[in-house]
Amino acid sequence: MTKSNDSGVSRRSILKAGTALGAGAVIAPTFFVRNAWAEEFRNNPGNASSVKFGFNVPQTGAYADEGADELRAYELAVKHINGEGDGGMLNTMQPLMLKGDGVLGKKVEYVTGDTQTKSDAARASAKRMIEKDGVIMYSGGSSSGVAIAQQSLAQEMGVVFMNGLTHSNDTTGKDKRRYGFRHFFNAYMSGAALGPVLKETMGTDRRAYHLTADYTWGWTQEESIKNTTEGLGWETVNAVRTPLGAGDFSQYITPVLNSGADVLILNHYGKDMINSLTQAVQFGLRDKQVNGKDFQIVVPLYSRLMAQGAGANIKGIYGTTNWNWSLQDAGSQAFVKSFGQEYGFPPSQAAHTCYVQTILYADACARAGTFYPPEVIKALEGFEFDGMGNGKTLYRAEDHQCFKDVLVVRGNENATSQFDLLEVVQEVPASQVTYDPSIFGGELGPYKV
Amino acid sequence: MMFAGLSRNDKLLFAGFTIAALAMPLLAWPVGANYPDLLQKFAIYGIFAIGFNILFGLTGYLSFGHAAFLGVGSYAAVWMFKGVTMNVIPAVIFGVLVSGMFAALIGFISLRRSGIYFSILTLAFAQMSYNLAYSVLTPITNGETGLQLSQDDARVIDRMFTEQTAGLPSTNLFGLEMSGYPGFYFCCVLLIIAFFIALRIQRSPFGMMLRAIKTNQVRMNYTGFNTRPYALTAFIISGMYAGLAGSLLAVTDPLAGAERMQWTASGEVVLMTILGGAGTLIGPILGAGLIKYFENIFSSYNDGLLAESFSFLPDFLNDALVFVIGPFVGEGWSLLLGIVFMAIVIFLPGGLMEGLARIHGWYRRRGQGDAGRKVAKQAAE
Repeated sequence: MTKSNDSGVSRRSILKAGTALGAGAVIAPTFFVRNAWAEEFRNNPGNASSVKFGFNVPQTGAYADEGADELRAYELAVKHINGEGDGGMLNTMQPLMLKGDGVLGKKVEYVTGDTQTKSDAARASAKRMIEKDGVIMYSGGSSSGVAIAQQSLAQEMGVVFMNGLTHSNDTTGKDKRRYGFRHFFNAYMSGAALGPVLKETMGTDRRAYHLTADYTWGWTQEESIKNTTEGLGWETVNAVRTPLGAGDFSQYITPVLNSGADVLILNHYGKDMINSLTQAVQFGLRDKQVNGKDFQIVVPLYSRLMAQGAGANIKGIYGTTNWNWSLQDAGSQAFVKSFGQEYGFPPSQAAHTCYVQTILYADACARAGTFYPPEVIKALEGFEFDGMGNGKTLYRAEDHQCFKDVLVVRGNENATSQFDLLEVVQEVPASQVTYDPSIFGGELGPYKV
Repeated sequence: MMFAGLSRNDKLLFAGFTIAALAMPLLAWPVGANYPDLLQKFAIYGIFAIGFNILFGLTGYLSFGHAAFLGVGSYAAVWMFKGVTMNVIPAVIFGVLVSGMFAALIGFISLRRSGIYFSILTLAFAQMSYNLAYSVLTPITNGETGLQLSQDDARVIDRMFTEQTAGLPSTNLFGLEMSGYPGFYFCCVLLIIAFFIALRIQRSPFGMMLRAIKTNQVRMNYTGFNTRPYALTAFIISGMYAGLAGSLLAVTDPLAGAERMQWTASGEVVLMTILGGAGTLIGPILGAGLIKYFENIFSSYNDGLLAESFSFLPDFLNDALVFVIGPFVGEGWSLLLGIVFMAIVIFLPGGLMEGLARIHGWYRRRGQGDAGRKVAKQAAE
């Protein structure tokens, strides 16, 4: 110790420097977080003339198409809230507090981020929006895993998260949060809506084989569809988990041929669904006769973007969807019209749910008369509205899930355009898909964080 | 004792580094990076890159699978939060130990080969770990959804002392919550310690041995040295650094996902090290900061923001600039990163550190030139 003085830095000077640095380190954090106590809640806009929303969507990766469409819808929603454009669904929504002058007299601005369909990147991007850009609300989606990760961040941060496209039961089930809201339907509702249609078209004596994407959404959808079909009297032959983004599904489809199953249920989404369906059709599954019946394929969650990718293979295949642009109610038509004018093509269901979520949040602030999250949350809980494209809708207070009509669709046999791919078979009323919130467990958590 | 055997320059370097690290919030302010999450990422990926540099920069073994250790560290830490306590100290220690053991296993096998074969082996192991975490080991890793805290976790030690609260508990250091700036300073202190250890390793006989492996391993072997234990030690230390970084990711945000182990994450740390300057002490940290900055800041620019920042220009110029720059920000941020990376590899093979060295040299020469001229002038008078 005493020998180390030959280089000119004495122990005393190092000690001194160390003490100074230590003191700095102790003071610095209190200096930076001092404002945290002064404000009533995180990112309070106070007297500012504008508020910021954050839109966190996948801009790169497998769900980039959906993300791009979601972003278009968000931009449109902000325009309409600020009173630009033709107003879209603000003309049809009932009841409505927004006046087309922003929210509570403040103009809405927005920032965007890329989730890369990864929980890590999504949370980093969301934190940037919250900590740096000061957003009062953020929204986005396309994968349930990512949505759940962002929703739990929302609870930690005390900033409301409006889920975009996420279909897993867990989002408003076991992983529900007080600060997270979902307008989109879920796997349970898909099952409940599909059941009667499947019974009608395929009978009660069927043997089903599941291929399931191996993550939260796939698991819950498999479970929900299984419960429904087994309730009809179907037998489940097998349920095989496939890795997300597998690309080649032939090794999973070959065993289906000899399993004695006569229905294949594809719990896949996005590119996975396009690949697995295409390969199943190429393997000649649909031309087969098993147990004296025509072999059938079911895709419980459909989207128009997926149908576009799968091409002719989707003809006649059943599934469910949250919303379709061909709906004839005033809300849907107003939205399709202003989206079409802006971008030149009809919106997807992902775009629809994101647009509606943004409007709903803004309207809730207007009704609450404040941006204070606990009040806004209370304004959304139990809120009933109409004119947003799905008929009468309820935002259930117990689990923050919207209850509305579900569409059972079929791949269009004779499409008239590249967008006219899904034919609505039935609009299943909300009462038929409503369930008891306690079946999935989970805790919303506290209002104040 | 702690500083024994370090030259004056090294002590200055360390002191300078400590000050710069602690003052990071102020230094990052002019470029709009002074918010806790990004600062935490700077510190954490700085540690990751320092550790990677101990292996790659010193021994020359290019590991393409280092993200596996990052992921293992994260999972270990989150399990500690779930099972034992929300205090971060046990989680960090456990994360480092587990990834160290994992590194010993993978290093033992991979180091039997060198060069490209070593890289491919590590890449294969990392990809294997990723796929295991993604599907086979779902009970441990919760697959694609990612491992998260939940209300009914055991948390044995915490339960003994405190009542369960309504919301999820947050990670803490004896009561100090590890999000926001306190979390950053915790990571920052560990970054400084990690830097100090790396400095000691680089200046030690052991570090000399590692550099000898890089220079000419065959010759080392012929002179009778068994180099493998040294390389394996470097590999394990490097893996432990990655584990530390991984557990810190979990400390600042208690969630672990399989994508942390993907090959793109492994490639990222290679990029960081090369961008900053492989083999230098500071370089990898600069590289890590640069990449995280690009990922977080440039990806958030959209055309509207761009138009706003150029609004002082006339409209047609503004539109033209937005049109030209637009594709390189927002979703195109990786494109911009690619171009910067290419430019650096082509013009500054030694990374940012070479750039700094050149600027430094240029100043010195100019200074000397001035002095020389002055002397000449005086002589003439």
